[in-house]
Amino acid sequence: MTVQQILSEQVSTAAPTLEVRNLSTSFYTRAGVLPAVREVSLRLQPGRILGLVGESGSGKSVTGFSILGLVDEPGRISGGEVLFKGRDLTRLSGAELRHLQGNRIAMIFQDPMMTLNPVLRVDTQMIEAVRAHQPLSRAEARAHASRTLALLGIASPDERLRAYPHQLSGGMRQRVAIAIALLHSPDLIIADEPTTALDVTIQAQILSEVQKLVRQQGTSLIWITHDLSVVAGLADDIAVMYAGRIVEQGSVDAVLDHPQHPYTQGLIDSLPSRNKRGQRLRQIPGMAPDLLSMPAGCAFAARCSRMTAICEQEPPNVELEPGRLVRCFHPGAGDE
Amino acid sequence: MSQVSVTPVKAPVFKPQSPWRRNLDEFKSSPVAVAGLVVLLTIIAIAALAPWIVFQNPYDLMQLNVLDARLPPGTANVDGGYTYWLGTDGQGRDLLSAIIYGLRISLWVGIGSAVIAAVLGTLLGLLSAYVGGWVDALLMRLVDLLLSFPVILMALMILAWLGKGVGNVMLTLVVLEWAYYARTARGQALTESRREYVDAARGQGIGAWRIVVGHILPNCLPPLIVIGALQIARGITLEATLSFLGLGVPITEPSLGLLIANGFQYMLSDEYWISFYPGLALLVTIVAINLVGDQLRDVLNPRLQR
Repeated sequence: MTVQQILSEQVSTAAPTLEVRNLSTSFYTRAGVLPAVREVSLRLQPGRILGLVGESGSGKSVTGFSILGLVDEPGRISGGEVLFKGRDLTRLSGAELRHLQGNRIAMIFQDPMMTLNPVLRVDTQMIEAVRAHQPLSRAEARAHASRTLALLGIASPDERLRAYPHQLSGGMRQRVAIAIALLHSPDLIIADEPTTALDVTIQAQILSEVQKLVRQQGTSLIWITHDLSVVAGLADDIAVMYAGRIVEQGSVDAVLDHPQHPYTQGLIDSLPSRNKRGQRLRQIPGMAPDLLSMPAGCAFAARCSRMTAICEQEPPNVELEPGRLVRCFHPGAGDE
Repeated sequence: MSQVSVTPVKAPVFKPQSPWRRNLDEFKSSPVAVAGLVVLLTIIAIAALAPWIVFQNPYDLMQLNVLDARLPPGTANVDGGYTYWLGTDGQGRDLLSAIIYGLRISLWVGIGSAVIAAVLGTLLGLLSAYVGGWVDALLMRLVDLLLSFPVILMALMILAWLGKGVGNVMLTLVVLEWAYYARTARGQALTESRREYVDAARGQGIGAWRIVVGHILPNCLPPLIVIGALQIARGITLEATLSFLGLGVPITEPSLGLLIANGFQYMLSDEYWISFYPGLALLVTIVAINLVGDQLRDVLNPRLQR
C-alpha cells in the first residue's frame, strides 16, 4: 500500500460505492503498447458526483469503460482494482459482470444518435433493457419504461415509446438514453460526455434533471467531460486527467478556486470569464504527448512553465489535505 | 447553471414511422418497379393457385392425349372440350397448363432455396463475425472457395453426385448460394458491431448472443434482402439451365427449363411455341424479380438515400 492509499483510507469512514485503485488500462496495438490509463485511483461515496475532466485522449473515457468492464480488444486492464461495493469488478466472470452492468452500474454515452439502435423502436429497446435484469412481463416492463421517461420530464411518454430514434430530437434521444440508464435505479452511473452533442439550453435542462434524480435516488455519478463549466455546476468532486494519469483531484471548490497543478491552472485560464473581460485568454502551449512515445517523468513537463530538471523523474502524488491530491513536483497557486 | 426550470417538451401529434414503412413509400417512387412487383405477385398467385386455374394437370399422364401432340396455339382439343391457347408439346400436354405448373416448380425451387440459403448463410456469417479467430478464417476461406468456382460446374458436379430431383436441385442451389449471404452478413455484422449502440447494449448487461441477433442482425438486413431478391432470380435461372441440360428436375415434373429443353428439338420444324412460350414465361418472371430487386437495392442502400 502506498502512503496515499493509507491516508485516503482514513479520510472517510462510510463505505464507498466505488473505489478504483491504481487502475491501468493499455491498448496492445501493432504500433506498440498504448498506456491509455495509468495508475488511476478514485473514490466515490454514495450520492456523490465526481467530474472526470480532461482533453481528448487523456484517458477519461477509457477509465469509464474500464470501470464497467467494457474495454475491447486490443485494450486490456493491465493492473489495479475496481472495487464496486467491495467487489473487484476486474475479477468477475462475464456472467457476474453482466448481472451488474445496466443493473447496479449504468453507462450513458456521448452521442445519443449512436447509442440507440436505429432500427428498433424505443419501447423495444427499453423493454429489453428492463427485462435483462427484472423478471417482468412485457406490459409491466413497458409501464416501468414509461414511468422512467416521465421522470425525465418527457411529455406523453407512451407516444415516445412507440417512436423510432430518428423521429426524436437530439435532446429527447439523450433523455431516452439517460432513462435507460436509470431504469434499475443503479448505484453508480458513468456518464461519458452525455451533453456534449447537445445545444446549451438542452444541456442545462438535462444537467439539472440528472442532478435532481441522482440526489433523490442516492446514486453515485461519474460525469466525464472536457467542459470545466459543466463540472463546476454539477459535481462535488473533480479529478483532472492528463495523458492517462489523474494529475489533480479534490473537491470542486478546492480544485477550481485553488488549482495546484499547472495543467489545471492552464485549463481554468483558458476559459473566458467575467473577471478576465478584455484580456486575451491564455492557452497552454504545445500538444499532449503521444501515448506511444511518452517522455520519462512528468508528461506535462514539456508544456509547463514550472519545469525544472527534477521533472524528468516521475512526479509524486502529493496529498495536500485528505482527498486533495496533486501529482507535481512544484504544486502551488501559480504566479497570478 | 444553478436554477433551470424544467418545462415538459410539447408533444406534437405524431405517428411512429417504421423503417419498413419509409422504405415502402420510397419503393413506390418507381412505377417500373411497382409494375414489376405487380407482375411478380400475379405470377406467384397464378403459380400458387395452379390446380384451380388450369383445366389439365400436365403431370397426370392419364389426362394427356398423344393425338393432341404438337398442336399449334389456338387449336381446340380432339374432344372439342377446350382450346390449347398456347398449343401442346410432344406428349400432347397443354402448354399453358404446363407453363403454370412449371412456374410453380421454378418459383418453389428458386424462392425455397433462397430462403434456406439466406437463413443458413446469415447465421453462419453472424457466427463467423461473432466468434472470429479460426472459425471465421475457416468459414470465410470456404466461402472464397465456393465463390471462386464456376457456378454451373459446381452445380453439375453436385447434381451428378446427388442425382435428379426437385429436392436435390434445391439442395444444390443452397450449397451454391449460402456463401453470398454469409459473406455479406459477416461484413455487415463486423461494421455494425463497432457502432456505439452495441457498446450501449453491452453496458446494459444484455447477453452477447442477444445483442447479435436482436440488435446487430436487424441492422444487417437491408443488403441481405437485396441479395435475396437477386438470388431468387439467379436460382430460377440456374434451375432452368440445369433442367435444360437434363440434370435438374425429373421429366415427370417439368419446370420451365425442362419445357424449353423438350421443345428445343421442334424449333427447326416450325413448332416454335413448345420452347418459346415457356421461355417467355421464364423471361418475364426473371425480369420482374430483377426490377423489384434493383429497386430494393436503391431503396435500402444508405448511400443512395434521398
